[in-house]
Amino acid sequence: MKTVLVTGGSRGIGKSISTTLAKSHLVVVGYVNSRDKAEEVVNEIAESGGSANSVEINISSKESVDRAFATIEDAYGSVDILINNAGITKDNILPRMKEEEWLDVIQTNLTGSFYTSQRAIKQMMKNKWGRIIFISSVVGISGNQGQSNYAASKAGLIGLAKSISKELGSRNITSNVIAPGYIETDMTSFLDDENKENIIEQLSIKRIGKPEDISNVVAFLCNDESEYITGQVIPVDGGLTT
Amino acid sequence: MELNEVFEKVKGLFVEDLGIDESKVTMEAKLEEDLEIDSLGIVEVVMAFEDEFEIEIDDDELADVSTVGQAVNLLHSKI
Repeated sequence: MKTVLVTGGSRGIGKSISTTLAKSHLVVVGYVNSRDKAEEVVNEIAESGGSANSVEINISSKESVDRAFATIEDAYGSVDILINNAGITKDNILPRMKEEEWLDVIQTNLTGSFYTSQRAIKQMMKNKWGRIIFISSVVGISGNQGQSNYAASKAGLIGLAKSISKELGSRNITSNVIAPGYIETDMTSFLDDENKENIIEQLSIKRIGKPEDISNVVAFLCNDESEYITGQVIPVDGGLTT
Repeated sequence: MELNEVFEKVKGLFVEDLGIDESKVTMEAKLEEDLEIDSLGIVEVVMAFEDEFEIEIDDDELADVSTVGQAVNLLHSKI
């Protein structure tokens, strides 16, 4: 059984990834502030017969990342599959964006995934097997009003993922990006019904996405069957970016 | 640690981790041409040493290493 670390694994898309992957892997649910929620996910997985644990990991801090990996490696040997899912938003239009809003989002979303990925590949290289999956966003491909910091961080993940795929492909480590469109989570709960109608109009599949739409693709990319897919960006967005 | 011990350790890593034929690992062997170790393989060996002996090797120092002997000497000077 492979060990998976899902950063931000207690809520939204991350929670769905945790529960879906727990059907065939040992899942470590990463959390920062939502320890109770992480424990709920761990219990939910245990009740359905899976194996899971939780770990505190603040990806914006290298020390926290190192500590979390050391904890996981002590318990399970290595992180075989890394899901870089944790992320934050601090939306503002560019003329009003504060330097702090820019730096915080880049530090967590982009630099945080650099910390986790760099740490994870140490063991993956030794094992000569690994999977790294980045949860980016369609806004990293298309940009978005009021999200220049978030879009830049999500676009940055694409460059990081593609470079990893080239550096480490010879060690059976694949690195791919999933770019979700509009998915029903806490992060998109600010959308009112009218916003949602407007969004649905732009989609080919006439509904807002569910977290499972993402986690099912993540599960596929974790399998051996997908070993020939690497360095790719897979939009899962109901046809938004076609 | 004696030079010879460092050599044996390096050889061990090459044979076990990188799957290289033991008889090919001599002090004179060229890493890329003779042993077909790619740059990532060299990094793997260096990282293994950094972990085991709690040393740090600069990228600059690594740039001059092209033979097993040079790697052994560099590591020996650090331990």
